[in-house]
Parts: sequence; C-alpha cells; structure tokens
Amino acid sequence: MSDTILDVKKLCVSYRGEGGYNHAVRNVSFTLGREKLGIVGESGSGKSTVGRALLRLLPTAEITAEKLRFEELDVLALREKEMLKVRGRRMSMILQDPKFSLNPIRRVGEQVAEAYLTHFKCSKAEARAKAISMLEAVQIRDCERVYDLYPHEVSGGMGQRIMIAMMLLTDPDLVIADEPTSALDVTVRLQVLNILDKLVSERGIGLIMISHDLNLVRNFCDRVLIMYAGQVVESLKASELHLAQHPYTQGLLAAQPRIGGGRGRLSVLNRRPEWKEPIEVQA
Amino acid sequence: MKSVDIRNLSITLGHGAKAVKILPDVSFSVGEGECFGLVGESGSGKSTILRCMSLLLTQWDGKITIGGKDVRQMPLIERCRTLQMVFQDPYGSLHPRQSVRTVLHEPLRIHGMDNRQERMERAITEVGLPVDFLDRYPHQLSGGQRQRVAIARALILEPSVLLLDEPTSALDVSVQAEILNLLSDLRAKRGFTYIMVSHDLAVVDYMCDRFAVMQAGEIVEILDREALDGNKATKPYARQLIEASLEYDSAV
Repeated sequence: MSDTILDVKKLCVSYRGEGGYNHAVRNVSFTLGREKLGIVGESGSGKSTVGRALLRLLPTAEITAEKLRFEELDVLALREKEMLKVRGRRMSMILQDPKFSLNPIRRVGEQVAEAYLTHFKCSKAEARAKAISMLEAVQIRDCERVYDLYPHEVSGGMGQRIMIAMMLLTDPDLVIADEPTSALDVTVRLQVLNILDKLVSERGIGLIMISHDLNLVRNFCDRVLIMYAGQVVESLKASELHLAQHPYTQGLLAAQPRIGGGRGRLSVLNRRPEWKEPIEVQA
Repeated sequence: MKSVDIRNLSITLGHGAKAVKILPDVSFSVGEGECFGLVGESGSGKSTILRCMSLLLTQWDGKITIGGKDVRQMPLIERCRTLQMVFQDPYGSLHPRQSVRTVLHEPLRIHGMDNRQERMERAITEVGLPVDFLDRYPHQLSGGQRQRVAIARALILEPSVLLLDEPTSALDVSVQAEILNLLSDLRAKRGFTYIMVSHDLAVVDYMCDRFAVMQAGEIVEILDREALDGNKATKPYARQLIEASLEYDSAV
C-alpha cells in the first residue's frame, strides 16, 4: 500500500513487576492505510494499551518494537519535545467517557479551541471561529451557545461529539478512538458513529477503533484485529468476521445475544491455555 | 413468588411555581415469575423506577404493591426479604475492604437467619463460584466474578423479586453471556420475578417476556418480546429505538 500511515512490527509493551517484566502486549504487527481498523478483545486483552503505546502515553511502560513508523517518523526514536508536536496534531485519541475526559471547570468550547491554539499560530478569535465550525461539523445545533457551556451542562452524546470535534480540529492523519461510544445509548451511538464515519472518509483519516463490541466493529470498520492476552490472535476483513478461524473469535461471536435469536443457552467462552502461546499474525 | 404492581408513580421536585415533575405518571404490572424489561435512552427514568420500588428514593407519589402489599407499609426487614437489587457497576457496588464473606454475612446477621455458613456456601455455589472465594476481596475478583458476588448478595435473603439495574452493561460480551445464563437458570430454578433495566435490546430479547419502552419518564409503549423481531411497535419512538437496535444488530 503506497499511502501507509502506520506500520507496526512486533510491538511489545511491558511493565516492570516483581521478578521481571510483565508483558501486556506481545508482538503486535499491523499496517494501517487510509481505512478503518477495529481492534476487539475483552477487557485486559491489551487493546487500549496498544492505542496508548502508539501515542507514547505510557510513561511507566517499556515499549519496544522492530518498527513503529508513523508516516515518515520513527515514533520510538522521537524525543518527547518532538512527540508533543505529533500528539494531538497529527495523531490524536478519542477517549471513552466524555464525563471524565473533559475538564469540568472549563467551558467546552475553550477546550476545543485550545487544541487548535496549541498547534497553530493564530489569534483567539480565529481559534474560536475554527472551533465553532468544527462543532457544526459534528452536528451540534446552536454551536454558539454550546461553546459557552460547561461539561456538566451537555449530555453524554453531545460530550462525545465535542471530544470528536476537539480531536479532528487539528486535521490529524491518524485518529485512535478508544471505545468512543460504549458510554452512549444505541440511538445516540449510531448518530455519533455516522458523524465519525463521515468525517473520517471525507478527510481520508486513518482510524483505529478500539472496542469490545463486535457488532459495532463489524458494521463500522474495514478490517478487524482480534486480541487475546496481549496478542493479536486473528486478523480479518470485517465483512468476513463470520468466517473466523480462531476459537476465541468464534466464542465471542457465539456469546452475543441477538434480537430474535431464541432462548437457547448462550455459549460461554472456554478459555484454553494454548491461546496464550505466542502466535504471529501479520495484518 | 410475587407479582408487582405500580400505579401512578410520579416524582415532583420543588414546590409551588418552581415544581418540576421528573417522572410524570408511570403504571405497569408484572406477573408472578415474569421477567419485565425497561428500556430507553439514558435519563429516561428507568433506574429511577427501580430506586422508587426499593425505596432508595422515598419522595414519590403513587402506589407500588408487591404481592398485594404496599411497599411503603412493609416493615424494612420484610421489604428486604421481598425484593433485592443488583446494581450496574460491579466495580462500584462492592465494598473494597470487605471480603466476600463479610458482604454475604452481614444481611444474614441483620435478619437473624440461622445456618449462616451453610447459606453462604449455598449462595456462592449457586452463582457458580467455588466456596473458597468467600475469603477473597473484591480486588481479587474479575468483573464477572464481582457481579456474581453482587447477585449472591441479593439472593442470600431469598427474595422473591429481583431488580436488575443494567446487570451486564459494564461487562464484556463473553462475561455477559455467563451472567445472562446464570440469571435465566436461577429464574428457572427459583421462579424469581425479575424487573430488568437495560439499554441493550438484544439482552432484553434474551431475558424478558415483556418490556416497556420509556422516554422522558413516560412509558411510551409496553410490548411483548415477539414484537422486537420485525419491529411490531406502534408508537414512533419505540419503532425508532427498535429500528436502531435492529440496524445495529443486523450484520449477522
């Protein structure tokens, strides 16, 4: 692929623990073009850690990789000062819960505008105008009013849209969305996803969607990586998820209740120790 | 096992001209051994109804009866033996410094029940955990195990009505399946009446016989489970909600 945004080879993240290192992420390799890549797995499987490692947001962890290339940059070799110019500007992250990720004592609009002011030389009025037009782009009605609200005055869905606006304002090339909609209701979730989808396709942004929701990933992403115990156990096209080979993926699919799916017992994952054995999947 | 009847439940906050009605007028009834679902967007008042029923909120008007008895008239001890609640977040609802044994022992002590060790062992086995888990603390348990402990805590007083406030929404799909299986097994075995709040219609379809769609504190429509498949709702909001869920669920 000529326009590869991200090229990751054998990414490992480990934390120093008692008597050596605990490996949270082991040998994760994938490439990302201008597409939507989903990472699914249960909690504790290391999916969020991968996202954070890409942004080097893990100060206490040891991150190693054979290759971690973001466009022309070698992310692991960058100094922190250079990383500051990448983080939030060219690579940004949408966090799970707007209630906790917005500063409660500052107006939401200011927080959105701040993203722009940090990375571009411009006047406050310009940043405000930019922020407002971005709020409009995420379909917030009456943006001028919303700009001056505090986070506790907006609903969850609107908060998440504000987060998306903040992250897309600097026009990044890569957005990592860490469970962007799991705090939202089904109806609002679809709206937020549609907005995200539209913006991502219009601007040609690479998107990594971290989620534990198989339905969401299946509907929304182009490709899916399935993680278990820190490793990628399978990589599939989203449309071919039902052809999954790995027993863990099959187990996840079967455990999902469905509307009109009958009342039979839901199958429960039977975790096997051999799933933790090193395997390598190139995606 | 007992039936539940809710008539004209409403909550008004404030006085005089400033009074705000946050729950207008809710009525529904649930038969013995039935599983009834409450669905709707956040802020639509689903959990509030459960909180009114368990008298965690007391400032409401109307009448709630369980097995023909008014909950307000029931003495506290009897009320706790009749209905118990399982909360949404297993990480927040267990005391971090109390072992599972303490958590399960306390209600037994308060209610002066006998054979405590035996009862605790039975409750913990019933939710599919080994007996030696009694000596664990919440941080030594996974999310699914914590939720099982929370269910065991609700079961230990042998209530007849269980209120489930999004019991699986903080859990992964694989763990959710375990908990849903457990809940439906318990119902088959002990014939509980469940009232379950959820925003996941697939879960509601799996568990419930009937469900009410709520919006802004009002029950828009009460539907049978069969109405989900093929969207047989008549009210626009209920249709919209089911449609969104079906769309979300569709790529099977």
